[in-house]
Amino acid sequence: MIRILTPGIGATVQDLGRRGYANIGIGCSGAMDRRALRVANVLLGNADGAAGIEATLGGLSFEALEPVTIALAGADTGATLDGRPLPRWWVCSLLPGQVLRMGHSRTGMRGYIAIAGGFEVPEVLGSRATDVKGGFGGHDGRALDTGDILTTAAAARDPRNLNFGLSPRAWPDLWVDGSGETELRFVPAKEWTDYTQETRALFCTTGWTIEPASNRIGYRLDGPEMVPTVRRELLSHGILPGTIQLPPSGRPVIQMLDANTVGGYPKLGVVIDADLPRLAQATLGSTLRFREVSAADARAVRRREDDLVSAIRRATSHQRKG
Amino acid sequence: MTKPPVLISEMGESALLIQSEGPMSLDVQRLYWALDRVCHDLPGVTETVLGVHSLLLRFDPQAELADAAAHLQDLWQEIGPAEGRGRLVEVPVHYGGAGGEDLQELAASHGLSVGEVVELHSAPTYIVFALGSQPGFPYLGGLDPRLVTARRASPRQRVEEGSVVIGGEQAGVIARTSPSGWHIIGATRVRLFDLDREEPALLQPGDQLRFSVEKVSE
Repeated sequence: MIRILTPGIGATVQDLGRRGYANIGIGCSGAMDRRALRVANVLLGNADGAAGIEATLGGLSFEALEPVTIALAGADTGATLDGRPLPRWWVCSLLPGQVLRMGHSRTGMRGYIAIAGGFEVPEVLGSRATDVKGGFGGHDGRALDTGDILTTAAAARDPRNLNFGLSPRAWPDLWVDGSGETELRFVPAKEWTDYTQETRALFCTTGWTIEPASNRIGYRLDGPEMVPTVRRELLSHGILPGTIQLPPSGRPVIQMLDANTVGGYPKLGVVIDADLPRLAQATLGSTLRFREVSAADARAVRRREDDLVSAIRRATSHQRKG
Repeated sequence: MTKPPVLISEMGESALLIQSEGPMSLDVQRLYWALDRVCHDLPGVTETVLGVHSLLLRFDPQAELADAAAHLQDLWQEIGPAEGRGRLVEVPVHYGGAGGEDLQELAASHGLSVGEVVELHSAPTYIVFALGSQPGFPYLGGLDPRLVTARRASPRQRVEEGSVVIGGEQAGVIARTSPSGWHIIGATRVRLFDLDREEPALLQPGDQLRFSVEKVSE
């Protein structure tokens, strides 16, 4: 059981998302950096999809109301436990009264707190993810607020005193900081060929800037105007997180986890699943570059991501056994 | 009816989009309802998202999309239009006033009176083509061609739940307060999405909807 002291900007309870209800207009929600949440859960011996807290740009703090064990993952938020700095990708146990505080994100956008046993919020339509637009799931269907109390499943409470983490040398992939250039791989979609070869080349060679008005719904990009050879009025069709749309402004928007399930703007492509967590950590104002890949290549990358999580599970299993 | 051709395209590494071109046609949409039902149970398919003249299929990440695409073409040739008219739902509307702020401007842009717009909008029996965009939002076919209105150049940041709206050749009712670029001509108290109901979405594809005139404010 923990009490939120400061919520930061729009911190929410998230799991790996709500699937299977897009046909009634309910999007997936879930952790923007799903890899970070998975790793945090794996470090604790939780199921990969246990519910954790996603804090955007840090600023979250909470007090333990009973002995709890947590894992810290994702962005470098300069977190402290009772004032002592906590490393990134770290597991520690808190006694009642101890306070964990995230500073402002120094690198990356989103920090995650997983807890042994997972946060116990009601499952709504098969998931504990907060659907902010729908106003359901997570903690009362909304962002966390000062004074909110979150509980864990009683049977899973873990009073052991754990204190370990991942080393940057062994897992360099997890220390990518998101402030430089982020390369996103994408699979071209239907309207990609509505653009001339020059325009398509421009899309892939441009360093696109992430606009400040980017959030869990979508990432707006600034760069040269992309003009199609034909203007189409499309009927509304299903879209996915990662879909790169091109509205009439000529500047791409990447649809993210809180996006609509259906849309009608032309689409250049879909960012591969494995790169969405990296996009979620790319800082506002930083630069994105796009690289075209095949769907088969993308599937191979996804398998490597799963392998990474499995390797972390194996490498840390003895620490959890204490 | 001759079956329109379909285009199948990749949507990332584990999804395919199958679609036909407009204008909106109920005959074409009936084929997509049928395709949705068949595809729902296909091996490897994890989720389907019905659109207007389209169906998005999400597959297990290990599925081979090329094989699935060929199979979809065959399925399209085999299926017949889905039968069934669905339920008829009545939605009382307060047209105009504070909850229908675009009504006057929309009427003026078409050279119609407010009364004529209300009459044209409340006359047809609409069909729910698909649900999406937001929880429970219906894409309604059947709008009178005289009311077809291109979406606003810039979307409003906040459109209230229950707003009765027009976007292009589609009609709809906002199911959750949210941003929208559609024109607001009225408001209803009918809730299109309610998690406390056994079926949270009031409408299903294939259902029919009639707008009735509760009140008109100039």
